[in-house]
This record gives sequence, structure tokens and C-alpha cells, in this order.
Amino acid sequence: MRDMAPDTSLAMAEAPSATPPILATRALCYEAGGKRRIDTVTLSIHARRRTMIMGANGAGKSVLLRLMHGLLKPTQGAVLWHGQSQSAVARGAQAMVFQRPIMLRRSARANLKFALGARGIRGAACAEQAEQGLAMANLSDIAHSPARLLSSGEQQRLAVARALICKPELLFLDEPTSSLDPASTQMIEDLVNAAHAQGVTIVMVTHDLGQARRMGDDVIFLHAGQVAESGRLSDVLSQPRAPSTRAWLQGRLYTDATL
Amino acid sequence: MPSFLDILTEALGLILSWERALSEIVILSLRVTLTAVVISCVLGLPLGAMVGAFRFPGRGLLTVILNALMGLPPVVVGLMVYLTLSASGPMGALQLLYTPAAMIIAQTILVTPIVAALTKQVVEDLHGEYAEQFASFGLTARDRIAALLWDARYSLLTVALAGFGRAVAEVGAVLIVGGNINHVTRMMTTTIALETSKGNLELALALGLLLLGIAVIVNASVMALRASAVRATYA
Repeated sequence: MRDMAPDTSLAMAEAPSATPPILATRALCYEAGGKRRIDTVTLSIHARRRTMIMGANGAGKSVLLRLMHGLLKPTQGAVLWHGQSQSAVARGAQAMVFQRPIMLRRSARANLKFALGARGIRGAACAEQAEQGLAMANLSDIAHSPARLLSSGEQQRLAVARALICKPELLFLDEPTSSLDPASTQMIEDLVNAAHAQGVTIVMVTHDLGQARRMGDDVIFLHAGQVAESGRLSDVLSQPRAPSTRAWLQGRLYTDATL
Repeated sequence: MPSFLDILTEALGLILSWERALSEIVILSLRVTLTAVVISCVLGLPLGAMVGAFRFPGRGLLTVILNALMGLPPVVVGLMVYLTLSASGPMGALQLLYTPAAMIIAQTILVTPIVAALTKQVVEDLHGEYAEQFASFGLTARDRIAALLWDARYSLLTVALAGFGRAVAEVGAVLIVGGNINHVTRMMTTTIALETSKGNLELALALGLLLLGIAVIVNASVMALRASAVRATYA
């Protein structure tokens, strides 16, 4: 069954010089509450690419992200990391930033140190990398402040820095700027782009078409738990094939009945 | 019979004179109670955190048991510990009956379920918030428990306080297993009960006032610490 499932991301598979994907899903399905949230999704994420996952509310974007990161267990199908089954080792090479940053009840610095400690980095190296993370997020002057008392933008910058100081190969971001103003959004995008420039693969859920245009190399459009369309972002945006993608790009208020 | 005012005056005099017999009782009470609370926290905090943070077979049953044990009748606990520690009991050879150690055991049995059940509630709420981030970090179960207990530390002070409240006010269990022996196992609560029955109301009231004072001071100190710490580092 897995072999028979169509690869719905043909354009993406072709994109970066036919290198093996860093992460792939095979006929991935996920059911919850008696409903199929993700339906036979087969896709590939290639190294050093920035993949935007887009689609309407309830399309399954966040669920797909959690499945790929191993936070949810698929009902069927598989997630492959460098061609192997997803494992704790794979999780160690990935990091995730959530829509609402989850701040530990500690200072900004202690939040970074905790993440480093979880990866086995302690002592002087931990302290040094934490300071680098604070500097990266432009939070050095409030390093001692309780993380939960920072502004939304500062918290999200801290969350991105916390993910990046662990030096992940792949960074998942679930609508990291959905509640931020343009200035804060710009800072998050700069952090993510800087990480990408250093070789980190990016997979980001976003509702913001402008952000996708600014940041994306590839795009996956989800509709009702399935991949409606995927490929190079510029190709998909210029010539959308799926009705739901066209409706989305045209800004139409679409439902299954109106497609 | 002397008036309440006369008794109160004499009780205050006893407190101010701080006689050895009085200080002995107060110090033993605090030693037994604080030791029991510390042991209960050592046992109950990780247990409650584990039940609060993880799903496993029997978790629901364990939660029901912990909640039920919060209302353990002290005299029943006293009786069970008595039977266990008595010469013919399974732990009779230890010769702990009628010693402070027996009272600590009894109080620990009473307080641990309170600490564990309340910790479970605190940690469950916090873990609901942290779970995805912890999973993303790939934390081990032990690291999760440690992080949850540390981050919930100020809420858990209140949990420890609830345990202290239960222990310091307890009479039945310590009376049964301690025997209320003068200079050996006489606690504030047991002495109040004894002296009241003997009509020695001045000493009983003096101890009662001291017990109230200790409870107020401990509560006020913990709440002040919690409030200032929360303002400084925690939100």
C-alpha cells in the first residue's frame, strides 16, 4: 500500500537536484474524534529548502506538522527521516516552534539553558550558547526577565532562538507570526532566514500569502487533510491547478460545496 | 472555676516564662511534624507528578485511591501503625512503638496522599501546557518530572503547606502510636487533649495559642515567600 501511494509532491521531489529527501511521509493518515484529519499524504521535504504549508483552517496543516515532527503518531503510513523510520535520534535533529510560544516558568536565559540541557549540553558550553541565543534574538538585555512576562514578539523570538541554539537540521514552525505585528514578524522572519542561510531546512505553516512569497522556496497546499497541490512556490502561485488553491489565491471564501 | 480571662492570663504567663516542659513539647511537635512533611514531600511530590504527567494503565484507579486516602481517618491510621509496630506485629522487632519515629510514620502516612493528590492536580495542569514542547525537546520521563516540579515549585509550596496543616493539627494517630508519654512522645495536640481532660486549662490554652501562632507564622511565611518569588521570577 505504501509503495502504491502516489507522491503528491512531484514538483518538490524534483526541485533540489533530485537529492534524497531529508524527511518524507508515505501514505500518512491520522484520525481523531472519528474524523480523518490527514488523508494519505505522501510528500518529501528536501534539505536546505524552505517549505511553506498552506491551506484553510481545519485543512490539517498543524496536524501534519506534528506528525512530521513525531508529536503525533500516525494512524497509518510512515514518516521517514533520511529514509529511516522516525526515532528519538531524528527528533534530536529537529526542533519546533509553536503558534503560541510555550515558555517555561523561568527566565529567558534559563529557557535557553533548559533546551540546551535537554540536548546534553551543559556547563560552559551551555552558558556560552545561551548567550549566543539571547544575542541572536536581541534579548540579551532582558535575559534575566521571566520569560512569561515578555511581550508576544519577544516570547516568539525567544522560542525561535531556543529552537535554533540546539542546531537542528530541520526547523518546524507552526504559524509563528500569526499574532504578531509587522515589526515583530520581520524579526522572526529574519531569524528564520538567517538559520536557513546557515543550512537549516525550514518547514513552516502560514496563512500569510505575503510571508509565503517572501520566505518560501516550495509550497504544499492542503485541503481537507489531503495535499491539494505542491511544488515550487513560484510555479504554484503563478499557475495553481487545484480548485482549492485557486480559490485561496484569489481570496475567495470557499467551502467544499463551492469548489 | 476561674474565668476565661484568668485562664488566658495564666496561659500567656506560661508562654512568656517558656518553661522547659513547654518548650520540650513544642520542639518535639515541630520535629515530628516537619520531618513527616519533608518525608511526605519526598515521596508525594514525584508520585503526584508522575500520576499527573503520564498516562498509564491504572492511572485512574491510582488517582481515585490517592483522593480517597486524603480523607484517611487518623485514628484508623494510628491503629494500623500500632498493629504493625506492636511487639506481635510485622515490624515489632524495630521497637518503634511509643517513640517519635512511630508518630512520624503515622503522620507521613496521613500527609503523603494529600501531597501526592494535590501535586497531581498542579502538575497535570502544567503538563497540559508543556507537553508538546517537552515532546519536541525529547525529554526523558525523569527530566519531565524534574522540570515540572521545578516550574511548579511555588504552587507546590502551598501543597506542602496543606500537608503541614494536616500534620500539625493531628491528634488521633500520634496519640495511639506515641502514647503521649511525658518527655518522650508528648506533642502539643495530645497534651492539649490530656490537660483539658485533667482540668489544667492554662497549659492547654497556652499550647493551643502556640499551635495557632505556629500555624499562622508558617502560613504567612510561605505565602510571603511565594508572593515575592512569583513577582520576581514566575508568571
